[in-house]
Amino acid sequence: MTFPASIREASSPSPLLSVEDLTVRVGPEPDAPALIENVSLSIAPGETLGLVGESGSGKTTTGMAIMRLLPQALDRGMHGRILYQGDDVAAMDAKQLSGVRGGEISMILQDPMASLNPVFSIGSQLKEGLRRHATGEGSLHERAVRALDDVRIPSPEARLANFPHQMSGGMRQRVVGAISLARAPKLLIADEPTTSLDVTIQYQFLELLKALQQRLGMAMLFITHDFGVVARMCDRVAVMYAGQIVEEGPVRDIFRRPAHWYTRALLDSVPTVNSSLERLPTIPGSPPHVGARPQGCRFHPRCANAQARCQEPPPITGAGTGRAVRCWFPLDSERTIA
Amino acid sequence: MTSLPVSVRVALILLLLFVVVALLGPFIAPHDPLAGSLRARLLPPAWQEGGDWAYLLGTDRLGRDVLSRIIAGARISLTVCVIVIAIAGTIGTLIGTIAGYFGGWTDRMLMRLVDLALSFPVILLALLIGAISGPSFANIVIVISLVLWSQYARMARGETLKIRNEDYVDLARTSGLSDMRIITRHILPNIAPPLIVIATLQVGIVIVLEASLSFLGVGVPPPNPSWGSMVADGRSYIVTAWWLCMLPGLAILLTVMSINIVGDALADRINPALRGRNL
Amino acid sequence: MLKTIAIRLVEAFFALLLMSVVIFLLTRLTGDPVALLLGDGATEADKIALTRQLGLDQPLPVQYLRFLADVTSGDFGRSLAAGNEPALGLVLSRLPASLSLAGVALAFTLAIGIVFGVFAAISRGSAVDVIARLVALVGQSVPSFWLGIVLMYVFAVKLRWLPTSGYGGWQHYVLPALTLGLFTLAAITRLVRSSMLEALGSEYIKLARIKGLPETVVVWKHALANSLIPVITFMGTFFAVMITGAVIVETVFAWPGIGRLAYESILSRDFPVVQAVVLVTTALFIFANLLVDVLYIIVDPRMRSRG
Repeated sequence: MTFPASIREASSPSPLLSVEDLTVRVGPEPDAPALIENVSLSIAPGETLGLVGESGSGKTTTGMAIMRLLPQALDRGMHGRILYQGDDVAAMDAKQLSGVRGGEISMILQDPMASLNPVFSIGSQLKEGLRRHATGEGSLHERAVRALDDVRIPSPEARLANFPHQMSGGMRQRVVGAISLARAPKLLIADEPTTSLDVTIQYQFLELLKALQQRLGMAMLFITHDFGVVARMCDRVAVMYAGQIVEEGPVRDIFRRPAHWYTRALLDSVPTVNSSLERLPTIPGSPPHVGARPQGCRFHPRCANAQARCQEPPPITGAGTGRAVRCWFPLDSERTIA
Repeated sequence: MTSLPVSVRVALILLLLFVVVALLGPFIAPHDPLAGSLRARLLPPAWQEGGDWAYLLGTDRLGRDVLSRIIAGARISLTVCVIVIAIAGTIGTLIGTIAGYFGGWTDRMLMRLVDLALSFPVILLALLIGAISGPSFANIVIVISLVLWSQYARMARGETLKIRNEDYVDLARTSGLSDMRIITRHILPNIAPPLIVIATLQVGIVIVLEASLSFLGVGVPPPNPSWGSMVADGRSYIVTAWWLCMLPGLAILLTVMSINIVGDALADRINPALRGRNL
Repeated sequence: MLKTIAIRLVEAFFALLLMSVVIFLLTRLTGDPVALLLGDGATEADKIALTRQLGLDQPLPVQYLRFLADVTSGDFGRSLAAGNEPALGLVLSRLPASLSLAGVALAFTLAIGIVFGVFAAISRGSAVDVIARLVALVGQSVPSFWLGIVLMYVFAVKLRWLPTSGYGGWQHYVLPALTLGLFTLAAITRLVRSSMLEALGSEYIKLARIKGLPETVVVWKHALANSLIPVITFMGTFFAVMITGAVIVETVFAWPGIGRLAYESILSRDFPVVQAVVLVTTALFIFANLLVDVLYIIVDPRMRSRG
């Protein structure tokens, strides 16, 4: 097994996942309002891409679309390509999808309370997925115990007989993790997997996820609104605003030199060791609702540097270089660190 | 009104027809529903061979006009509905509101009563009463009210619990209003909408129950033309005189179906969670 | 879990006791029990003898205890109809016919209702959905006595496909079971449809799909298992509907069960039999509800650990 780092350095020419011009409308009609528009992103094997934005920016919709888990009406309103190892997930039928899900692409959902089926035991829910996975040593039972052990659940053997309501939130999230990772997927979509957990448990879970990722050599699409989590988990990051990706680049680079005004505003609102919470700047206004999004640059009504030109759709600078921004007047100065 | 689906509009028209016919019954019925004419026995509906346009929907074995009897039946159905829902609604709402408002021991006692009422096959009680005292108007009203009051009690209790600690109720309490005043002035008006939905959905149940009891001979006493007893009377003539049994049954089906369609639409509007509960 | 069942058993006992009080009071306080028990053509001497035999000169609580003692020892008196059979024996001999009819109705209602409800939910707005909703609407609106007559007229009298009435082979079951079950079928279809729609939108269904389970397993195992809980809750109502329905349907189709026995004994004012029918049915009803409670505990693990 190769280390994720070496894969990254090899910068493989064919990405594991490549999303091209993905648009999701609320219905099949061509004039239905779009939740996300022309989203393109790619993830190399073993790499972690962060997808950041405020709630309502379309990041969860993007994750669900890749997994083909959108509600029927939205799924019918989906256009574009989702190439996984060259196969278009967007064009797959239910049978093909069940071949890809779990073993190839998997996902950890936001809400550990609701993600487990209340009427089946942990063991039955875990084994169900494992049964479809041909490889692996030992009996089904042994593999299930090992899967729980991998997410560091104490006395896994006894836990198999438990029902979801008998476990704590943090424990449930680990079980959800165990189920999602049981078949060693090559790509994991993690949709704010820690928001409903308290802070210490959040940290533990993220560390666990990172360790498992290194062991499995798995790529991740990490959806979050928290730049702190991005810094800890991700190699690259894409920033979403009002259904579009507005900036993309390596994490360090984005932190040091944000090019989009929105990215900078987001970074400025992250609490650091030195800043006091009271004086933390916030972005004025709130993100536009779907169907009420402004013309041109979608951020301009809230932007500190908005100009007349911003009412026209901004160009994308640096597309294909791995450091792209959607702005008429991108920032280029080194960010002063407070 | 323009946004209503066709089915709801048709149902509303049929319901309006039912109410108008029930209210104006004696004035629009072409014949006396109780008086027969021996010369006009078992006439088929007017459009069939041997029919008479004076008897649009035919006549029964005593020569009574079927149309006039169906019209009179609508009046009986509506009367039973109004009385039963008034009684069951008042008692149920009162018990539920008191249970929810006072809580504690009162609540537990009253809710056990509700559970008991829900787990009691009331048809047996109806048959017992019927066996002892014979069919009577009072019987059906009592028996059907016994079936239905508990639904109001449950809903009223739940809704009262929701608003019991709202600011305006607290304010009324601290300003020294009596409990009865608070219940009638501040609680009842606020819990009314879901109760109205239940009442609507129950109209259909009352009509079917009344008809069923009358069919079994423990409901509306003869010779009053209840739709249920008309079907019972027509049953033995099903082969020779289909209209005696079919037409009153069709009247029940159309009325109850209209009520269910309108009730569902209303429930959707007021409280989507009620949908599918009109059992 | 055992505690829950124990509580239910105690409740069941009290419900039965209450029903016996109701029957007792109705027989003793309304009308003349001697006249009721003897029927119409009784002589004065018979009446005096029976009054003493029944202990009607005793105070009411004493009378009730005597009544209770008789009933618990299975003595409901004898039928007033020809044959003078013991009332309880008569009721018990009619029980199998009623139970088999209710069983058939229950089986087909659950099977078709669940399938209808599931398909209506997974293909919303499709032809199946429209048909299921139409069946549900008609089923909840049609009075069963009339439906029985119409079905009998069409399929037995006109088409001659099935027997008109009576008790016998499977053909005899079709029309009565359909009539008895249609209302419940409608209710279960609606219930399953709406709870399936709710379940299919839940997070645990997403996780089941994420695992790579085939759509059939996702729908028929994960979503349906949760949608059955409200169906089980509804079963209590179902039994009440079945008892009401049995009286009507057995009367319409001349089915030799306890429903028709109840009806006939009421018409002929055969009071000992009426008493026996009412108490036996209440006992059955309470027992069925007890079974549902146990089933509920089995299906929903959350109920199990609650105690």
